[in-house]
Amino acid sequence: MIKDITIGQYFPGESVLHHLDPRTKLLLTVLYIVILFMAKSMLAFILIVLLTAALIPISGISFKVIAKSLKPLLFIIIFTMTLNLFFTKGEGEPLLSFWIINIYKEGVSFAIYMIVRIICLITGTGVILTYTTSPIQLTDGIEQLLAPLSKIKLPVHEFAMMMSCALRFIPTLVEETDKIMSAQKARGADFTSGSLIRRAKAIIPILIPLFVSAFRRADELAVAMECRCYHGGEGRTRMNSLHFSARDLLVTLVFVLFGAGVVLLNIFTRGIGIGI
Amino acid sequence: MENAFIKTENLSFSYENGDGGENAVLYDINLEIEKGAFVAILGHNGSGKSTLAKLLNMILTPTGGKIYIDGTDITKPDMSEKDIIDLRSKIGMVFQNPDNQLVATIVEEDVAFGPENLGVEPAEIRRRVDEALATVGMTKYARHSPHQLSGGQKQRVAIAGAIAMLPECIVFDESTAMLDPMGRAEVMNTIEKLNREKNITVLHITHNMNEALCADRVIVMSDGRIILDGVPDEVFSHVEELKSVGLGVPQAAELMYSLSKNGIEIGKITGDENKCAQKLFDLINEK
Ligand SMILES: Nc1ncnc2c1ncn2[C@@H]1O[C@H](COP(=O)(O)OP(=O)(O)OP(=O)(O)O)[C@@H](O)[C@H]1O
Ligand SMILES: [Mg+2]
Repeated sequence: MIKDITIGQYFPGESVLHHLDPRTKLLLTVLYIVILFMAKSMLAFILIVLLTAALIPISGISFKVIAKSLKPLLFIIIFTMTLNLFFTKGEGEPLLSFWIINIYKEGVSFAIYMIVRIICLITGTGVILTYTTSPIQLTDGIEQLLAPLSKIKLPVHEFAMMMSCALRFIPTLVEETDKIMSAQKARGADFTSGSLIRRAKAIIPILIPLFVSAFRRADELAVAMECRCYHGGEGRTRMNSLHFSARDLLVTLVFVLFGAGVVLLNIFTRGIGIGI
Repeated sequence: MENAFIKTENLSFSYENGDGGENAVLYDINLEIEKGAFVAILGHNGSGKSTLAKLLNMILTPTGGKIYIDGTDITKPDMSEKDIIDLRSKIGMVFQNPDNQLVATIVEEDVAFGPENLGVEPAEIRRRVDEALATVGMTKYARHSPHQLSGGQKQRVAIAGAIAMLPECIVFDESTAMLDPMGRAEVMNTIEKLNREKNITVLHITHNMNEALCADRVIVMSDGRIILDGVPDEVFSHVEELKSVGLGVPQAAELMYSLSKNGIEIGKITGDENKCAQKLFDLINEK
């Protein structure tokens, strides 16, 4: 059951987005988020929704996957929507009013924009980055982007190595957790009934052996790494070094154009009263 | 032996235990292993086999005595970090648990780890990785994730990782212990191939007597000392001595030992099944 958890959901593929340099994708993700939060008018929002909607088929990720990724956020979406709907005070007559609750026109549009923002944020960052970038590419990209920081003695390489070791050991530890749980169940442990506190307590006999074994593994891995001449990032080369290509430039250009479009729409539609 | 690849002189080692005392593990080890040899090391749990292995590539530093690798004294005080890296690329190591020695999430990336650390050019790393994977027969799995592989396959990937550093010697520390018979056979075949075809010196630490029979030389350790050292036939003829230090012997040797104890004139005890069968055949013919 615990095996079903997938972390860092990567879907291998051959799309343009899959073949972009991870550094480009990290930057595009930031750019995308900035654009998303700059949008202030309905037309600007439509532009962003169009961009996001276009990215999904381009990435080759199925709509089902996207819908599934939004499901856990349903609560947050509904919560923000209600908050915005009920607590935004607008000018003029409320659209609806009963008891102490007044719903204004501004509240409705605010709520809609907020939902669009959240959905776009999850979908967009997913298709640009997490669904289309393998964990190794991601850590490599982060290491290279942050490389200048190592000049001021920040342990960038160590951080990236830590991340990739963690990613490497997730499946191993998940498997081990499963084994320990089965072993405890065979001894009569019960993880599924009783009060919350009881269930939390039942987790302890899983955590302790898991920790002990994780430390032992870490120790053995460290020796194995030393045996293979690991001595930090200094003087280390990579088999697959990262390369920017024309593709990266082109896609970035498209994103910048969209960004510019959003800014322009912000400015020009404000005057004619469709802005918020 | 003038051209010994590994040579130790009165090598001793103790671990420091918690309360500042010392826990002696190896005493006065004198050992010479020539290039290209296939040596099996046997010994009961805690006899110091892994400790000896870790001393050879400076994971541990000896508390006494000297170690020469390829003629260089690695215990000299002026070993620089570069010398240590050099040494470790010469002596590869493969450990017991395949899960705890693979670093990357993709097989070929893992094999590349050693050469990457050595600062080898990317194109050369690519070449080495492809060659190493071909040598262990794992080319098909280059883009797989290690956790999708069987134990024997993972262990072969770990071996490829060691080969990619172009070592002259590889130490296998119970590398077959966690595998099923199929995985064991896969890994043993790979080890023998490396020794024969690439002339890589092999130190194979094991508890499996049949694996020890594959070696050219068997070293038996007990409580931090070498008690027997010689060709397998010779070593396994000391059945009583082996039993007294808690080790078993190959089935052939066990059989011949029982026969001779029961007064049957069988001659020199050997671990080799064919020789044993021949002797039994001769014996029956004589009667
Ligand atoms: N890190 C350590 N700190 C302290 N003592 C240790 C340490 N590692 C091993 N020892 C002790 O050193 C002795 C030899 O251990 P070593 O691991 O070399 O044995 P081994 O022959 O490899 O045994 P096994 O067959 O179980 O692998 C043991 O008594 C062990 O308790
Ligand atoms: Mg050991």
